[in-house]
Amino acid sequence: MGILDSIPHVNAVSSHRPWPRAVVTEAGWQAAIDRLVGGGLTLLGFWGEPAAVHLAMLDGGSAEIAVVTYACTAGTFPSVASSHPPALRLERTIHDLFGLVPTVAGDLRPWLDHYVWGKSYPLSGRNASRDVQPYQFLPAEGEALHQVAVGPVHAGIIEPGHFRFTANGEHVVRLEQWLGYTHKGIESLMQGASLEAAAKLANRTSGDSAVAYAFAFARAAEAALDIEVPRRATCLRALMAELERLANHFGDIGAICNDASFALMHAQTGILRERTLRAADAAFGHRLMMDVVVPGGVARDIAPDGIPALRTLLAEIKKVFPRLIELYDNTASLQDRTVTTGIVKADYARQFGAGGYVGRASGRNFDARRTLAYAPYDQLSFEVPVLEAGDVNARVWIRIREVEQSVELIAQILDLMEPGEIRTALPAGRGACEGLALTEAFRGDVLVWLRLDGELRVERCHLRDASWFQWPLLETAIEGNIIADFPLCNKSFNCSYSGADL
Amino acid sequence: MRKTLLESLTHGSLTEPAPAPDESALAELATKVDRAAQARLGRSLAIREVDAGSCNGCELEIHALSNAFYDIERFGLRFVASPRHADVLLVTGPVTKNMRQALERTYNATPDPKWVVAVGGCAIDGGIFRGSYACVGGVSETVPVDLHIKGCPPSPTDLLKGLLALLEHVSGKR
Repeated sequence: MGILDSIPHVNAVSSHRPWPRAVVTEAGWQAAIDRLVGGGLTLLGFWGEPAAVHLAMLDGGSAEIAVVTYACTAGTFPSVASSHPPALRLERTIHDLFGLVPTVAGDLRPWLDHYVWGKSYPLSGRNASRDVQPYQFLPAEGEALHQVAVGPVHAGIIEPGHFRFTANGEHVVRLEQWLGYTHKGIESLMQGASLEAAAKLANRTSGDSAVAYAFAFARAAEAALDIEVPRRATCLRALMAELERLANHFGDIGAICNDASFALMHAQTGILRERTLRAADAAFGHRLMMDVVVPGGVARDIAPDGIPALRTLLAEIKKVFPRLIELYDNTASLQDRTVTTGIVKADYARQFGAGGYVGRASGRNFDARRTLAYAPYDQLSFEVPVLEAGDVNARVWIRIREVEQSVELIAQILDLMEPGEIRTALPAGRGACEGLALTEAFRGDVLVWLRLDGELRVERCHLRDASWFQWPLLETAIEGNIIADFPLCNKSFNCSYSGADL
Repeated sequence: MRKTLLESLTHGSLTEPAPAPDESALAELATKVDRAAQARLGRSLAIREVDAGSCNGCELEIHALSNAFYDIERFGLRFVASPRHADVLLVTGPVTKNMRQALERTYNATPDPKWVVAVGGCAIDGGIFRGSYACVGGVSETVPVDLHIKGCPPSPTDLLKGLLALLEHVSGKR
């Protein structure tokens, strides 16, 4: 039974692929919310348009996805966040960008809008203006509490955001994040852009996940246009996606250990990361492999000396990495910092649909590569590691196991890859069409939804980073921990600021 | 652990020879940097990195400067945690409007003499984010810039070339 069978809807949109999208009335919208609250469905995305809101939902059991759309005829929509907290920041964002108002709004403080854009509701197409009010952080009451304000400019070489800690002595009573500092207006820049220009923007939504974003964007466009890409192109895409995962996991494993003052691991994984980026550069002409995945396939084939470069890389990782795992596992002072620190409860991981190592370290068995089995992962064999502990240590171990899997995947792809075409021409003049795609970035699933006009231009595109559903869990994970462990917890999440601020 | 440490001692160093300073960077600096300030600093600069709304690609490559291959500290260049300890602000991103005030305040908190290096295509003129309602577009529209390092993102080698040019210039070698 499809998701939409249990949700009363007016009509299904015929040009939406590969999963259905249906327009619903208030009753259907409420039925969708009820299924999210009941846990039968997981929230995948929630985004707006000038006069409509869309909810994307996943049925984890059957791996089905559906989108429901509510037309905001009066500029309002029934609130999702008031009964389903994972939707809260997305709902505040819809209000910031489109001026649409949730009925029964609990929290309508601005999220991305810091009142400095020079206009309100920038994507609404209207000239309304919003009352400027000072940002109120949520209260924490009790004796001897004090606040620590951190950011937006942080001490390290990291992205900007504001953290407001309320602490009792050393212990964190409440952490509240206020982000939006890197909001660049990507979705507005995409409106009316050519597919080529929009793909460039997708690559730069979160630079560490350039390939994953380009991959998701390309697949959404290909789904909308109903075209297949050549087999070799899907192999090359996965090759790049796994290289990106390796580079990021190496960086993260080292950085987490470094935040526990264990610099040796940081130095060693730094070498592996650099070797990975150099191999990527040799194979695809760019260290972060930006702008290689394009709608229709890939922009260029792997360089002739790229394959030996990748094989050398795999051999080096296989030689060095087991020793580093042993080092991590046998250093008691390091384990002392990571074990039982920053626990994410399994219930929260499930409720928020937390992707990536945050979800999988807390028992949520979801990986878009396997659950949704998009090409070429449907042809590859790999395991998805899942742990239950939910602490910093578990998030490190998920990364370690995923490094091993990615090494195997790259070897499989190199063996499997056959000569052939790498790009399909995009058909023009097919009329307006819509596509949805998810790919598994190193930190979790990236969702891209887009609508194309008949001329291969983007009419509207929404990109949803895994961080949207991970950031709130960091607030829960730090509670009761000491402030000094925050960098460690934060690094073990490594959420994207740019990806969520857009 | 011993095996890893021992191997680090017995194997040769991974650190690569320094690239030559970027000539175009030297030319840009020659017109901008105050000679009087040069004498006050030796061959050492403290750098404060400020992400003014980048996609985080530039940050990844700036991070790489500290790995064994580039080892930026051998040149007397080091990253510091506060603008109050810094000689150089290394700024990335198209300067989002939401970050403009924070960038200005960071600049004002940095003691003189100071230099601003704008890193990446976005920091030069907003790059692909130029024209957005949410971006100022280019670091020099918010704070004075002494040197631009191009690239999307610039490679660690490009970053090193630019920073070495700054170092040479500041220490009065050229």
